[in-house]
Amino acid sequence: MSTRHDEEPLLIADGLTKWYGRNLGCRDVSFALYEGEVMAVVGESGSGKSTLLQLLAMQIEATAGRVHYRMRDGATRDLALLGEAERRFLARTDWGYVHQDPTLGLRMTVSGGANVGERLMAVGWRHYGRIRAAATDWLDRVEIDPSRMDEAPLVYSGGMRQRLQIARNLVSAPRLVFMDEPTGGLDVSVQARLLDLLRGLVADLRLSAVVVTHDLAVARLLSHRIMVMRGGEVIETGLTDQVLDDPREAYTQLLVASILPP
Amino acid sequence: MSIALELAGVAKSFTMHLQGGIRLSVVSGVTFAVRPGECAVLSGPSGAGKSSVLKMIFGSYRCERGRILVGQGEDYVDVARASPRQILALRRTTIGYVSQFLRAVPRVPAIEVVAEPLVLAGAPREAAAKRAAEMLRRLHVPAPLWGLPPATFSGGEQQRVNIARGFLADLPILLLDEPTASLDSENCAVVTGLIAEKKKRGAAIVAIVHDAHVRDRIADVVIDVTQFAAAA
Repeated sequence: MSTRHDEEPLLIADGLTKWYGRNLGCRDVSFALYEGEVMAVVGESGSGKSTLLQLLAMQIEATAGRVHYRMRDGATRDLALLGEAERRFLARTDWGYVHQDPTLGLRMTVSGGANVGERLMAVGWRHYGRIRAAATDWLDRVEIDPSRMDEAPLVYSGGMRQRLQIARNLVSAPRLVFMDEPTGGLDVSVQARLLDLLRGLVADLRLSAVVVTHDLAVARLLSHRIMVMRGGEVIETGLTDQVLDDPREAYTQLLVASILPP
Repeated sequence: MSIALELAGVAKSFTMHLQGGIRLSVVSGVTFAVRPGECAVLSGPSGAGKSSVLKMIFGSYRCERGRILVGQGEDYVDVARASPRQILALRRTTIGYVSQFLRAVPRVPAIEVVAEPLVLAGAPREAAAKRAAEMLRRLHVPAPLWGLPPATFSGGEQQRVNIARGFLADLPILLLDEPTASLDSENCAVVTGLIAEKKKRGAAIVAIVHDAHVRDRIADVVIDVTQFAAAA
């Protein structure tokens, strides 16, 4: 089961810092993420967790610090030094990015099937029948009835849009997925279905993921490890059950104590 | 391999920041060892820190001082200092934990909940499901329930799902927190039978049980946790 590469981290953040002018986004964030590991980044709005996610995914540039990533050939590279083609390969193939608002991650006016197939075409798939078959398979896996694949996500429900976004991200077999509040804005029953789906996919595909969420129940269900952020800094890290069952910092204790029992 | 698990000088306290920073000392100087095939029962009144000791061994509570050595082949890992990744690996290969309550995951059927540890350890899904079914049958969980998520089950049924899950994998260390608390005598007997089988296969067991009959049947050693009461 373990290969030589399993012992090397997939993603390493080293001293990541982002200033927006005189405002701090996040400061001095370091961690290593291994294959098959899911890390939740929790904290309230303004804690810097979304800034961190954007830095990791190369959507914004760091003021200081580095991100290293182990490419598919086994070589660990500094992301800031990648060429344009390599960056494109990561963003379109080896990574996924699930936005809280699915309209940001989907093309709303082309069909559901095309939304999924597009990622395959971007990596050179040309055979229409095969693309459609792969898209059908993925819609099925995210529990969207393939009979609706020719409809545009404009006419999908919120939960379906989010599941379509997940299919679009996973069809290219990424190794790392960034998720920004993946269940935010959904009804509770829809959330539960999506969480369960994500949990199964992450385990089956041995995905690594960084999940930003303010919802500790989401972190409990999806993640192996938790990083708690406040005011742009990491204040506590540990195994998910350690942080939630034995929180050390005052702020983490407050977060945990604020969960309403069902 | 004479020791499977060894605690030395283990201490735990909680600092309650929301209650003005009160420091609650739970235990200190916890020292004991468990050999393969042996069952140690932790005794003491509620609040003595029995569950805290189990949770520190499993790594879900942080250990403040001392060592928690877990045998790993010829080597050992100190849970008190292990990285999250090392602890996760220990949970796949070495330490099982049956908690008092099942943490139900929405929509996942009981049989998959039970089979999950085997699947995570690399067993084929079908073989894992077959063994899960045997275990559920043994614990008298009615077959029509197997395909349903356990969230709606009765307390006793949930606990038996939880026990089935915890006992399915053959791990060298098993931690049991009140495994028989809400079971009838028939199912109690099944659980003591399961524990006896685990011991025969060489598992080291640390258990919390209040029922004196169950304790007498499974315990090789009884460890009185009140001797580790922390000086306040």
